[in-house]
Amino acid sequence: MAKAAEAARQTKKEKEPALKGTLASVFLLGFFIIFSWVSVYFLFLHRL
Amino acid sequence: MHIHKYEKIWLAFGIGCLIVFLTVVGVSAFAAGQQPPSCLTTIDPEKVDSTPPFDHPGLVKKGDKEYELNIVVAAFSFTPNAIEIPKGAKVTINVTSKDVIHGFEIPGTNVNMMVEPGYVNSLTTTFDKPGEYTILCNEYCGAGHHMMTARIKVVE
Amino acid sequence: MAQPLEKVDRRDAKLALAHLFVAFTALALGGFAGLLQTLVRSGKFELPAGISYYTILTTHGVLLGLVLTTFFIIGFQFAAVSRTTGALSDGSRRTGWVGFWLMTIGTAMSAFFILTGKASVLYTFYAPLQAHAGFYIGLALVVVGSWVSGFAMFAHYARWRKTHRGQVSPLLAFMSVTNMVLWLVCTLGVAATVVFQLIPWSLGLTDRVNVLLSRTLFWYFGHPLVYFWLLPAYMVWYAVIPKVIGGKMFSDSLARLAFILFLLFSIPVGFHHQLLEPGISPFWKYVQVVLTFMVIIPSLMTAFAMFATFESYGRSQGATGLFGWLRKLPWSDARFFAPFVGMLFFIPAGTGGIINASHQLNQVVHNTIWVTGHFHLTVATTVVLTFFGASYWLIPHLTGRVMTKAMNRLAIIQTIVWAVGMTFMSGSMHFAGLLGAPRRSAFSTYGNSPQALEWIPYQIAQAVGGTILFIGIILILVIVINLAFFAPKGETEFPVAEAAAPYERAALALENWKLWIGLVVALILIAYTVPIIDIIQNAPPGSKGYKLW
Repeated sequence: MAKAAEAARQTKKEKEPALKGTLASVFLLGFFIIFSWVSVYFLFLHRL
Repeated sequence: MHIHKYEKIWLAFGIGCLIVFLTVVGVSAFAAGQQPPSCLTTIDPEKVDSTPPFDHPGLVKKGDKEYELNIVVAAFSFTPNAIEIPKGAKVTINVTSKDVIHGFEIPGTNVNMMVEPGYVNSLTTTFDKPGEYTILCNEYCGAGHHMMTARIKVVE
Repeated sequence: MAQPLEKVDRRDAKLALAHLFVAFTALALGGFAGLLQTLVRSGKFELPAGISYYTILTTHGVLLGLVLTTFFIIGFQFAAVSRTTGALSDGSRRTGWVGFWLMTIGTAMSAFFILTGKASVLYTFYAPLQAHAGFYIGLALVVVGSWVSGFAMFAHYARWRKTHRGQVSPLLAFMSVTNMVLWLVCTLGVAATVVFQLIPWSLGLTDRVNVLLSRTLFWYFGHPLVYFWLLPAYMVWYAVIPKVIGGKMFSDSLARLAFILFLLFSIPVGFHHQLLEPGISPFWKYVQVVLTFMVIIPSLMTAFAMFATFESYGRSQGATGLFGWLRKLPWSDARFFAPFVGMLFFIPAGTGGIINASHQLNQVVHNTIWVTGHFHLTVATTVVLTFFGASYWLIPHLTGRVMTKAMNRLAIIQTIVWAVGMTFMSGSMHFAGLLGAPRRSAFSTYGNSPQALEWIPYQIAQAVGGTILFIGIILILVIVINLAFFAPKGETEFPVAEAAAPYERAALALENWKLWIGLVVALILIAYTVPIIDIIQNAPPGSKGYKLW
């Protein structure tokens, strides 16, 4: 039973497509968003 | 619905960021007093000239280094249009419009608000740096929109 | 495998083409108006014969923001539903033509009053600036026409569902219907202010207008409007681009989920355009800002899905390394390249949107030319480049022609020209906006104000960008006219992608329209009921109309 579940998990793992590049890309995008947002927020604080 | 592991990581990260942004915005607004100008006071737009404080627009001293600046906005002018403010003054700016919608902006500062007929809008700012500031209208109001301007001089 | 190409019915093709024709005519005229604006604002050029900058600006905004987009989208969606769920019934098609003519007559009517200087109120027509009644009636006809077309699509979709019980509808049809539901719900707001407030007031039947109520109804419509533009671009990205590159759709059900999230959260968010306004309490502004942030999530999902589509395809072609898959993409195919550049531009565009919607950051950029820069990235780059990319197969598909290699090369050049022009124009708009330069303003130094003098170099850069973009408009018109009338006869595919995985049961649950529309209504009521009651109950005396141009 446990073995079957393990096997199922194994195949599932194999079925997950390799998307390292996607992960890296979206995180670059995320960092760009954070950088821009924080920059404008600091501009606001600077002008207080 | 099947979601790829990396997508879960990405969405957790992205939504986490959004929550942080919202928290910063919310805390700044509700705790630190940096709400956007949202004055709820109404006024008859056709009786602005006889309604205090706009019957005598201009700078009024309210306390030590505390001032109120009342400005009447109409196509295509600000009244008064030349204002001297002592350096370091904490100024509450009240504006209202006699006709259409205008904008009230001082470029290079955080002073930026909508001016709508029937409403007073208001924000408080401190003028720490001496020099000349420009007030301009940043909402389209007609043919002379881009000619609408006034000056603030912050003096020692 | 030599199946005949699945084609849009010829009669439906005519309907779609009629819409595209109006859209590209609007692009030509509105684009020229845009060129004039950037030239005026550089301070080096004045309009001849006393033509007003603001008349030109109104023309530009209405033709490109409202006419180009709405006509292209409805035409594209008619083609998409016909392609994926079969030829329209005669009744639906006739209804579509009624919608088309209502929209066209409305457009002509509004354009007439704008060009004769009777309606220089910009495309947001904020009361109490009062245009000629004909301008508002024309706009109302455009909206009503779009509803009629929407109903034609709904009827067609309902018929398909009846004959395909228990089946998941084709993705493009599902997405078209979602977008039209969004459109229908949000245009109720603008229709309410135009029909019940502005038309009677401009005809002199009523004296005064509630200004804040009118603005609030406008922005109830104004934000979903931008999603109405964006979603058809997302349709192309999700359902067409994977096929164009030779790959598979990353996930059919996640695409559907994203669209449902857009439907739910793009409407109850209009206050983030009204953050600096009097008369609306800060609490309700914050509530709508929170809801605004919810609508970012489906775009985060879309970003992942796009990269994943590209990476999966690249790896299937033997790409290795972290970014090796990028090299496998068909860079010389304009059907891919134009929308891809559009996607890239959505990164700064979307980021700008998050900034605009955040209280304190909005205070920095509100009504500055940053905002103009922002939506020239979203609608005028991301959306428009995707529409151009779609035209490269859609128009020849509909006209029974093929795009030649030369035209494809021209389309690649067009995309590059657009990207360069927009980088100049929108980039300098963003920076000038951070320095406080206002939007929607003719050239002015504000009495030689030191701040205003700082903006001039940026305004010259905008004119340079605007000129490059106008070259881009000429190029796209050359391509479109070629594809419509001169390209060699032949068969062009309407690409529709297959999902990488089989349909999931979830996809079926996502077609529970009663649930989604119920939730949309509930969210709108939560976000708007109390503030609108406040606005009406505490209303100041209304405003008479002003014609200040």
